[in-house]
Amino acid sequence: MELAYYPGCSLHSTGQEFDLSVRAVFSRLEIGLAELEDWSCCGASSAHALDPDMAVLLPARNLALAERTGLDVLMPCAACYNRHAVATAHLREDPALRARAEALFGAFDGAGSRPRPVLEVVCQDLARPELLAKVVRPLNGLPLVSYYGCLLLRPAAILQSEDPENPVLMDELLTDLGADARRWSYASECCGGGLSLTRPPAVKRLVGQLVAAAREAGAEAIVTSCPLCQVNLEMRQASGRMPVLYITELLGIALGVSSPAWWKKHLIDPAPLLRRYALVN
Amino acid sequence: MTLLEAVEHRSHQDLRLCFQCHKCTAGCPSAEDMLFGPDRVIRMLQLGEERQVLGSPDLWLCAGCGTCGARCPNGIDMAPVMDSLRAAALARGIRAGDPGALAFHRLFLGVARRLGRSHEASLLILYKLRSGNLFADMGSGIRLVLKGKVPLVPHRIAGWSEVAEVIDACAPGAGEPQGEASARSEAWN
Repeated sequence: MELAYYPGCSLHSTGQEFDLSVRAVFSRLEIGLAELEDWSCCGASSAHALDPDMAVLLPARNLALAERTGLDVLMPCAACYNRHAVATAHLREDPALRARAEALFGAFDGAGSRPRPVLEVVCQDLARPELLAKVVRPLNGLPLVSYYGCLLLRPAAILQSEDPENPVLMDELLTDLGADARRWSYASECCGGGLSLTRPPAVKRLVGQLVAAAREAGAEAIVTSCPLCQVNLEMRQASGRMPVLYITELLGIALGVSSPAWWKKHLIDPAPLLRRYALVN
Repeated sequence: MTLLEAVEHRSHQDLRLCFQCHKCTAGCPSAEDMLFGPDRVIRMLQLGEERQVLGSPDLWLCAGCGTCGARCPNGIDMAPVMDSLRAAALARGIRAGDPGALAFHRLFLGVARRLGRSHEASLLILYKLRSGNLFADMGSGIRLVLKGKVPLVPHRIAGWSEVAEVIDACAPGAGEPQGEASARSEAWN
């Protein structure tokens, strides 16, 4: 299998360990990733904050680039994935906006390439027994909570996502990998990541609630697939130091391709916890 | 066209369906800090209280999480409504209910306009300089730099001018927070 790859700005900076672990895991799964040449910023939360059309036209440039590859495009960052998926829907439904996009970036029909998040590819495209056959180090009952946040799930009608009130794919995957996925009610609550710089007190409150709930559920780490959630959850914890891991980092451990370089990138070092469960040397 | 009609048109949402069950506000992560909350914003739009809505901090406190939309029994998604309200407030030259948030978004787009991509180090420094409080809340940013997570040298993509063209067409003056006011009043309409 071959996919185009859109890392997005976060995976080149605050989410470097996400980028590293995505590349390692997909290589082990024999899914080729071809980075989209000269990809640009999707506008993240700032484009749609100021102008709805801009929030479609900035992703449109990447959608046009992706379509020329003829491949679906892997977008690990939940925000990038969300903005490109929403833009795809608007371009389909709004002929005037579509004409503007095509005047800027050339004709594209939006059918040749879909933006796709990591969890969807791993859970839907790969036969689970084949994935599990590659596991060399089961996760030894590591107690975790799956945390989706907002942008992988909502708006569900456009993203065609799991039930936004009760997503289960990440729990099932982690359980199959040998982790102890704890039950909790906060998997799709917002961490306030988009307001992290402009409203730190409000965001500290939201992060505090999430970490307290994770601890109450018996988890020792939070698992996410969003680089904005990951950095926000690590950066804005007022008390305690609960590690926040990317789903691909846990896949990397299970598949035997993890690297100490990943843990060094974390603001809260997960290595002591991982050593305690004999998951790293 | 009333603001209600303009926002319904731009956001593709039917706000007249709202029967004030308050589920949106009950689940909103930002409601605690808002002046009204999403349910009252809709009611005020229905009643034509346009100025109060457009000047409120609520528009800028919306995290865009979509929880309201997922739970609305009438299928109203408030996140695009909030997007349309912010655009309307800017078009009418109304002072942002949270000037810090507006400044942040302009700086973000200003960086993307020059590079074609975001660059956290530039953004953090510009934002702190502009907010006039360089050292408040800087610890986290410094920790990120020390982790080697924030490349200090910006990278400009080959097609950066295509990105600039979109931003200039949709949000004139986004990168120049001081000089945008005059360009804005014509171009945003």
